[in-house]
This record gives sequence, structure tokens and C-alpha cells, in this order.
Amino acid sequence: MSQGLVTAAYMIAGILIIMSLAGLSKQETAKRGNYFGILGMAIALVTTIVSIELDVESMAYILVAVLIGAIIGILLAKRVDMTEMPELIAALHSFVGLAAVFVGYNSFIELLSDHSFVGSMLNIHLTEIFLGIFIGAVTFTGSIVAFGKLHGKIRSNPLILPYKDLLNIGLVLVSAVLIFLFISAGASQSGIVYLAIMTAIALFLGWHMVMAIGGADMPVVISMLNSLSGWAAAASGFMLSNDLLIITGALVGSSGAILSYIMCQGMNRNFFSVITGGFGNEGASGEAEEMGDYREISPEDAAEMLKGSSSVIITPGYGMAVAQAQYPVAEITKKLCDQGVNVRFGIHPVAGRLPGHMNVLLAEAKVPYDIVLDMEEINDDFPETDTVLVIGANDTVNPAAIENPSGPIGGMPVLEVWKAKNVIVMKRSMSAGYAGVQNPLFFKENSYMCFGDAKTTAEAILNAL
Amino acid sequence: MGDEEPPAGSFTLSMITRKILLLKGVSGMRIGIPKERVAGERRVAATPKSAIQLKKLGFQVAVETGAGEAASFTDEQYISSGAEIVEADDVFQCDLIYKVNPPTEEEVSKIKEGATFVSFLYPAQNGALVKELSQKNINVLAMDMVPRISRAQSMDALSSMANIGGYRAVTEALHAFGRFFNGQITAAGKVPPAKVLVIGAGVAGLAAIGMSKSLGAIVRAFDTRLEVAEQIESMGGEFLKLNFAGEEDGSTSTGYAKVMSDEFIQAEMALFAEQAKEVDIIITTALVQGKPAPKLITKAMVDSMKPGSVIVDMAASSGGNCEYTVPGEMIVTASGVKVIGYTDLPGRLPAQSSEMYATNLVNLTKLLCKEKNGEIDINFEDVILRHMSVVKEGQITFPPPPIRVSATQTSKKETKQAEPSETPVKEKKHRSLLKVVFGGLAIVFFLWLGQVSPPEFLSHVTVFALAIVVGYYVVWNVTHALHTPLMSVTNAISGIIIVGALLQMNSSLTSVKILSFLGILIATINIFGGFTVTKRMLKMFTKSKEV
Repeated sequence: MSQGLVTAAYMIAGILIIMSLAGLSKQETAKRGNYFGILGMAIALVTTIVSIELDVESMAYILVAVLIGAIIGILLAKRVDMTEMPELIAALHSFVGLAAVFVGYNSFIELLSDHSFVGSMLNIHLTEIFLGIFIGAVTFTGSIVAFGKLHGKIRSNPLILPYKDLLNIGLVLVSAVLIFLFISAGASQSGIVYLAIMTAIALFLGWHMVMAIGGADMPVVISMLNSLSGWAAAASGFMLSNDLLIITGALVGSSGAILSYIMCQGMNRNFFSVITGGFGNEGASGEAEEMGDYREISPEDAAEMLKGSSSVIITPGYGMAVAQAQYPVAEITKKLCDQGVNVRFGIHPVAGRLPGHMNVLLAEAKVPYDIVLDMEEINDDFPETDTVLVIGANDTVNPAAIENPSGPIGGMPVLEVWKAKNVIVMKRSMSAGYAGVQNPLFFKENSYMCFGDAKTTAEAILNAL
Repeated sequence: MGDEEPPAGSFTLSMITRKILLLKGVSGMRIGIPKERVAGERRVAATPKSAIQLKKLGFQVAVETGAGEAASFTDEQYISSGAEIVEADDVFQCDLIYKVNPPTEEEVSKIKEGATFVSFLYPAQNGALVKELSQKNINVLAMDMVPRISRAQSMDALSSMANIGGYRAVTEALHAFGRFFNGQITAAGKVPPAKVLVIGAGVAGLAAIGMSKSLGAIVRAFDTRLEVAEQIESMGGEFLKLNFAGEEDGSTSTGYAKVMSDEFIQAEMALFAEQAKEVDIIITTALVQGKPAPKLITKAMVDSMKPGSVIVDMAASSGGNCEYTVPGEMIVTASGVKVIGYTDLPGRLPAQSSEMYATNLVNLTKLLCKEKNGEIDINFEDVILRHMSVVKEGQITFPPPPIRVSATQTSKKETKQAEPSETPVKEKKHRSLLKVVFGGLAIVFFLWLGQVSPPEFLSHVTVFALAIVVGYYVVWNVTHALHTPLMSVTNAISGIIIVGALLQMNSSLTSVKILSFLGILIATINIFGGFTVTKRMLKMFTKSKEV
């Protein structure tokens, strides 16, 4: 295959991948977008394999590796529960990070026997290798910790080491020194020592950074790791002078960065404050405050109230995902719709553990996507709503964000559910939310608490409908 | 906070059950909605929609037959929202009577003892009527006495009527004005936009400003209260400042304007005289509480206006702001200026004004009936109800004790708010400065990079930078709902790193080969896993029609 043909094929693959992301702008075109992505990837793979002259043995290795990978990948993807999507995504991020580390080391090992790089080109190449491995390693351990936290294997509370910020900064500075040593050592055996030290530091950094972040900040973390995995791929592209890798890596990198930004906006926090540690240590003040009495309601009465309403908005949160309550909730929706009640969903941007997590769960339970609305789309409709059903959400419906601008969550955009005529809150207990602030919503005169596991309660409501 | 057993709330179940019963329509007091008998009145105090809301609060609703006809609400519509249709005499036997206009003598005599009557009353002007009402053992609330505090805004019928009136005043002016409001450049010549002067920027004035602006006119506005300048500008009007040495502000604690000093009035009149020669439309809404409307537009000013100009005098019912005004009529002066003095501007949009008035009444009902059980309580502890009350159990309670409301009176609060508002501005400036600095540094860095690095590397940097820009625009377009599929697709495509591993498979070194093998394997998991799970997810997104 001529080099020109390869370049052309890569360009086509690159465009298909861009079209694949563009397709995701709307539900109607999303499936097509996915096929574009598959097609682009297939072209890229076939082109690459055809373009390199391989002996039979290497070809066999490649086929075996692809076969094993494909089987594992497809099995994982088919089996995963939608509530476990965040874990899957985190796991996949770690693979990209690890692969980037491998590719980086390979590049360096090959560089030792290859003397075609000289002068500034050599320096650039060494920098690329160093950065590629660094980003890859941070992504790898970061994603593993994120996976562990999401999966419940690692405590989701933030781990606060003494001087953790100083530690992080120190490690980055040491890495910066290492890169100079590494470049000045050139393509020599001693370089591998610097690389190894740096890799160890990067692995620790990734682990430490995500350990310090609490569970509900996961949407930001996952998006950030998504972004990092993209930059790792782009760095590999620079190493190998491969434009397709650069394009794809840059696309993924900017996509993740935008998602992190959107998630931070949803919590009204800046990116650095999320990355440098959780809510827990700053805002435990409002906890013990007595807010008055709250009212309890039984699932049967809640069902009656829903039936007597003409419009209902359901606002789910992470609690719905944990309890796997999306199916009974979807059934409730269906029953109410059949009875002529206007039911819609209001989704806060950071509800759940992954951007768009709630949408996927509801889609899984066959809730039509056109009644699932964003916070901005639905916030003005609460005053005209008879009943709001809050399922396992707390901070995202907390009026304190507006009423107490100086509080820990002050200024965070929230779903203004308390403006509706009645609010039914399904919750396990009266404990405070992730931000550690008590929720005045529960004590408003138009809200009723319905305690218990979201799934059990939702099923009880469903039976009473 | 205890995680276990939640302590029982103070609210008993039976109360909830009662509430549910009420939602289902088992009811308490009856609300009567009479047909309005004043000539030309087309409004009604309840709409089919408000009837539903009243029923939800636990009341029964009885509407006099034909009451909504002039506002395009049929008896059938009322019936289908659960109201009963009754005859005139029966309506006045209700426990609660909601009306638009003050009651006539005959109507007063029909009201049942112990009932509560709510309508516009203007108790200050209608002393005789108040006295007559107090002869009976009834409660009377005046909708025009809703205090101007923020909590009461949802039942402030004067404001909602003024809003409609302001809108209608502009359409009346438009109708009488023989030209476009907006400027146009057409093949048949250029048309300049009309110039509108609005005097008095209360609710009506602001509505008129907004409406004129949206029709494309140039809008100027004047008010003696300096605090409204910002509101005028927010509606798209230009605030006319007075050329006046003294610092005088017409704001009062009641939210209405006060009578101004002679010097001020002179300066004001000079301004109007100057404006009259220039503008095409004048809409006046100036009222001083409890006094006849001030005469602001003299005959001389009107005569100096261009023929075809229009004046809408919204203060006509209290005497008018223009010397030519004839209440209830439109007259054309000798110089060809039309002066409109209609006093029923809100009533000229009967369906709209009925709807808003009815909503104000529903909100009042909520205040009267906090338990939502169909029983009312005129609680004098509540300043709103105290202020609205004219007669309670046969005793005259008008005038109410004063309450202070205007924003200028809470200047302490305002200065407090003003201080922090400065910091964000500074911060913004600071930020944009930072952006410039960073942008500059980035440019310098790229120039340096271009200077020192070989062209081959630069072409990769170019591709990289362009791809980031493309990614930025493409990803912002992705809908919130698809963010999870977006992540899984980007997961799959970042498996493109397999290309790197594939290229390295060619190496003669075993260690490289092993690492490549592992790299290919895990990257493949990504590619296949990512695309498969995306496909699975996207399949689940269905529209309601397809279900």
C-alpha cells in the first residue's frame, strides 16, 4: 500500500469519526453516528494492518490479540447493567491509559536501536514519549481507583493525606525535573531509569488524585479521565507521527474536557476545587441545624396524590440508580400517562455518577426520551405542576442553593421542585446529602417524605395506582 | 442526622387523607360568581380554569348563567370544569362572592348574612357604598387594596389589570395612528419608526413601553420616581431625565408617586412641551393616589403635535392627564390629533383580563384557606388581608394601618447588595485580562515552537490544534441526554491507540512485541466494548410514539 493511499484512508477514517460524534447531537441521528464510528475504526484498522509488512507470526499474534480483545469487549458490553455504566466507562479509560504506557515504552525501546532521530527532532520525540507515558499512567491508575470507588470496592469517601496538595505539586515538579534529565540523557540506556521513576510517580499521582475525590464528584472525575485518555492517545500519535491518532485523541480529549466543564457548572464549582478534594471538609456546618417538622406519607397516599394530579414531574437522582428503581418508576409513568396525567422527568446535569447517566437508565426502562427534559427546559414549569416526585435526589433539589447563597452549595443550579404544589420525596432516611448540608425542602409545608428503599417504595406506589 | 428510624412527623395521616378527598372533589364553602351588570363590562371573576383550581382548594363553585359569555367562556366550559350554573339570586346566597366591579345597591341587599364579598371597591372614593356594606354582618375585601409588597404580587389585581391596560393602550394607539410603528425601508420609500412617549412608568406604563418597543417604535419614558429609570431601560425605553437643578424624587413608601414641587412641575412641563413637537404617540398613565390625575399635557402641547398623532390617556377615569381628554371617548382635535380617553382598556381584552383577575382571586383564596379544606379565615395578623379588608363582620376596617413597601425605604439593604455586585465586575475584568494574557502567551509559545521545530512536527501540531477546535464545536452540540453514549463512543474511538501498537508489532525486539500484543488486546476490548455498549444504549432511547 502506498503511503499516499494510507494517508487518504486515514483521512476518511478521521472524518467518519468526527461524523460519529456529530451524529450524537440528537437521538434521531445517534445510531447512525455509532455506525460511522465503527466504519471509521474498521477502515483505520484494516489500513494499518495492510500498510505494514508483517511476517506470518506477527500477523497471527495480532489476530489472536484482536480476537481475545473482541470477545472480552463484546461480552463485557452485553452483560453490563446500565446502572454499572460508570464502572465500565472507567475500566475502558484505564485500558487506554495502559495501552498508551505500552506504546510509549515501545517507542523508547525502539529508539535505542534506531538512530534516525537527531537534534531537535530527537528532543521532541523524547518529550512526546515522556508525556505520553505520564498521561497514560495517570489515566490508568486514576481510572482504576474510579472504577473501585464506583464499584464499592474502595471507600467512596475522599482520602485526605496530610499536605496532599503540596504532595501533588511536588510530584509534578519532580516529573518536570525528570523530563529535563531524560532529554539530556538522550536515547541511551540511562533514560529508561528516568522513565521508570516518572512512571511510578505518575501511577501514584493518578491513584492519589482520584482517592481524594468523593463519590458524587465522580461525573467530573470520569469526564476528566475521559479527556486524559484522549490526550494520551494524541501523545502516542505524536510519538508515531500518526495523524489519525492525533485527530482522534484530540477529539476525545476536548470532548472529555467539555463534559468536565459542564459537570462543574452543574455543581457551581470550579474544576480545581473538585480535583483538589471533596466537599466533605468544608461544609458540615448546617448539619445539626433543626429545621422544624416534616411530614410522612405512605406509598398508598402518595399514589392517591399522584392520581389526583393533572401534571407530575419526576426528578431522579443517584438513589434511583442504586436501588435499580428505574423499572417500577417507568411503570408508574406509564400508568399515570394512561390515566391522562401529564408526566415528565427533570434531570439535573450532575444527577448520577456519569454525565447523562439518568437518561440512559430511564431509556433502559423504556421511558420515552421526549418526556425526559433537562433542568433548564423544565425549571420554569414547576409552579404549574401539581406533584413532584423526588427519587433518591438531595443536593440537586436543595432550595438552600438559592436561599442561602453563602452556604456550601450556594449558587449551584438546582431543580426548583419546591415551587410545585406538592412534593413527595422518596428517600432512605433524613440524612444529609453529599454536600453535607441539610435540605430545607424536606421541611417545607408542601413536601411529604416517603421513607424506604426507592425500589420497594416505587413498587408499593405502583401497586396502589 | 440519624440514619435509622425516622421520627414520626407532626402531621397526621388523617389530614393527608382529607386533603386527598378534597383533591377528589368533596367540598366545603360555595363560591358564587355573578354576572357583571355594569354597562360595557365584559370581564368575569372566574374562568373554567380558575374554577378547577378553586375546587382543588376544597371549594364548590357556582357561576351565574351567562356570566362568562362576554369573555368567551361558555356555561358548558364551566360545567365541564366542575362548576354548577345557577340563577342570579342563587349566586348571592353563596358563602363567598367573587366579583369584578363594586356591587350595586340591589346586589348589596341580596348578599347573605355572614358571607364574604370580594371585588374592586375603591373604598376611598366610594364612602357611601362602604357604609351601606357595613350595614350587614358581612366581610368585604377590596381587590384594589392589595398592598404592594412582594408576597402579595400574585394577587395584585390592579397590577395585572394595569398590565393589560398598558398593552391595550398601545394597540388602541396603533389602531388610531395612520402609520407603521416600526421603521421600514421598502421599494416604495423609507419609513421612519414612530416615536412614543410614555408618561408614568408604573405597571401600565412599563407594559406600554415593552409593547411599543416590540412593535418597533422608538420609546421614551418619563417618571417622577428616579428609581424606575432602570426598569424603563430594561423594557427597551429611554429614560428622559429632567433638566432640573434640585434633586427631587417622587418616590413614596406606598409605591405610588407623590405630588411634586412647583419648580419640578415647571421643568417637567417644559420637557413635555418639547417632546410633544417631536413624538407621534403619547401614552399617559400618571396617577397620584387619592387625588385627581395631574394635568400634564396642556391643550397648547396637543396643538403643537403633528396632525395624525395619537394620545392615549390611561388616567381618563380619574380626570385624565390631558386637558382634551373626554373620559370613555376618542375625540379628534381641530389640529387633527386623536385623544383617546377610554376607561375600560383592560375590559377590551375580556378573556385575558378575566383570566388574570381570576388567577389573582385563586391566589387570594390560597391565602384565605391555608388548609386547602374549603374554609376561609380572614386573619388580621396577615398584613395583606388586613390591608384588603374594608368591612369585617359588619365593622368598617378601612382605612388600614399603613405599611411601608417601596424599595427606596429599604436602602440599607440595597447598599448592602450594591457592594458585592462590584466585586464580580472586577473579577470579570480580571478574568478577561487573564484570558488576554494567556492567549498572548499561547501565541508567543506557538511562534517560538514554529521557529525552533522541524516542519514535520509542525504539521502534526497543526492537525492537533484543528482537531481540538473541531472537537470543541462538535461536542458542544451533543444533547445532555446522550452524554453517556458520548463517553462510551469516545471510549471506543480512543481505542484507536491500537494503531500505535499495531505499528510496533513489526519490531524485531521480543519485549516490544510482547508489549504490543498486550496493547492490541486491551485496545480491542475498548473498541469492541465501547461500540457494542453504545449500540445497546442507543437502541433503548425511544420516542413516545414508538412505544
